[in-house]
Amino acid sequence: MKGNSYEAVMSRKNDIMKKAVGIDYSQFESGSIAFDYEDMMKKVGYTLEEMINIQKSSGVGETKIYEMKNLTKLARKFSDEGKGARIFVKDEAANPSGSFKARRAANAVYHAKKHGFKGVIAATSGNYGAAVASQAAMYGLKCIIVQECYDSEHKGQPEIIEKARKCEAYGAEVIQLSVGPELFYSFLELLEDTGYFNASLYTPFGIAGVETLGYEIAMQMREMVGKDPDAVICTNAGGGNLTGTARGLQKAGAENTKVIGASVDLKGLHMASDKQFNKKSFTTGHTGFGIPFATTPDRSDVPRSAARALRYMDRYVTVSQGEVFYICEAMAQVEGFERGPAGSVSLAAAFSIAQEMNEDEIIVVQETEYTGAGKHIQPQLSFARNNGIDIRFGNPEEQIPGVNIILPESPGMIKAKDLDMIKIKKSYLSKTLENINNVNEKDVKYLVDEINESRKFILDYLKVNNIKIVEG
Amino acid sequence: MKAIKGQWVKIHSIVLTSNERAPQVPDDTKKVPLELWVKGYILSDAEIGDFVEVKTMTGRVVEGNLIEINPSYKHSFGDNIPELLEIGPRIRKILFEDGEE
Repeated sequence: MKGNSYEAVMSRKNDIMKKAVGIDYSQFESGSIAFDYEDMMKKVGYTLEEMINIQKSSGVGETKIYEMKNLTKLARKFSDEGKGARIFVKDEAANPSGSFKARRAANAVYHAKKHGFKGVIAATSGNYGAAVASQAAMYGLKCIIVQECYDSEHKGQPEIIEKARKCEAYGAEVIQLSVGPELFYSFLELLEDTGYFNASLYTPFGIAGVETLGYEIAMQMREMVGKDPDAVICTNAGGGNLTGTARGLQKAGAENTKVIGASVDLKGLHMASDKQFNKKSFTTGHTGFGIPFATTPDRSDVPRSAARALRYMDRYVTVSQGEVFYICEAMAQVEGFERGPAGSVSLAAAFSIAQEMNEDEIIVVQETEYTGAGKHIQPQLSFARNNGIDIRFGNPEEQIPGVNIILPESPGMIKAKDLDMIKIKKSYLSKTLENINNVNEKDVKYLVDEINESRKFILDYLKVNNIKIVEG
Repeated sequence: MKAIKGQWVKIHSIVLTSNERAPQVPDDTKKVPLELWVKGYILSDAEIGDFVEVKTMTGRVVEGNLIEINPSYKHSFGDNIPELLEIGPRIRKILFEDGEE
């Protein structure tokens, strides 16, 4: 289908993607629901050693880990005797572009350069845009970042506007769009017109780039405290942060480390709604991405996403916007680290989860992000207040996303809430097996890996839903 | 206001009209067009509102209506939020109740 109408461009999606990512995803497909994830990661990703070298040469990684001694002490004021794990934070804001996303970008841009692409494009309103722009600047590649930025009244989220500035500071072209999933359409058109590399967040290069983060955590903690952390907590949106970190921990042999996902609870807000776009105070790290991407990973801008959080997530919790803002401010006020709010999502959750753990245990928050005008708790809260959001001290239990932001009256009120993993896993199965009557043995094995459950769990689900196992 | 050829400007265009929007878009979003903003060097003299061409930072030539000449960043640290000022002292009181504050 020729032409540039929405339908015409979308119908050319697979061809455009194949050229722009340089991966023939069909080689990993089995023909039924299963695809060979590990083969994909092996064939088109990079080895851990290669990645460490790529990142070292572009100033990425080897960030420090700091112990949050005062926040640990504070958590212990509210926990039972003998409880209150030591909280550590990996300061990913120290990467060249100010967040862990530099790791994802380093590999993608290196790969683009190696394969002769003249430029890179990424569709992102978040830190990843700045990361790609920063790496493109190092490698001398052109860079276009496509953002979803404004509502129909041309009101933009402060942190997205700041991100545009940061991308432009690295020499990138920034295209800002109003709200809507058709951003993907504009993105495809650009890829087709420019022939640039699609520096997608979800390619094997990007995800493998985060493996160094998990690996570094294990190595650094062994040196600092003589053991692997008991838990590592990752802010979860598209699932790449968690997937890459967990794979890195596994590669370091940290087999007993629990991997916890944490998202800001934005229940009830529709992500593609023009009216609701500016009712939220977090543009990423929230359930509006976290849950859909966990239950349907292949919804991204590549045919098969390398970010598959359910494979690695032992536990998934939510925190409220007010709790995250509170802990972000606390980190500045009593730890002396002023960092950006999105990076504090997992810190708020860790503050709560530490209180369940023993005091000789270790929980590591695996990221921080940079802060500045727009990208800071005050402009975010000020923007919310101007949009009619009620901001006050109170019990975070009373929060309603899009209506209010409740700063906890006491730090003891910060409570990470567990999401029902079984429900999420079943939701994954129901979406993957929609309209499917038969699966084969390969599919069963694939599902076992995809949701990290027992074979019995999968077989029971198939039985209840009248899905038969056939040969082939 | 007039832009001189070669000046750094911001343009605006409609990517999809409300009729052309994707089927899965929520109703409130479907009522409005998909809009685009991009910056570049203007290729001819023009007035605000004129339909113009610009050359972007990557060298692409893009069309749209001129909306800003010498566009600047206006985001800031926002208005003061008095509640934020209370968080530090409250926590320090809990942490250092012996008065070492």
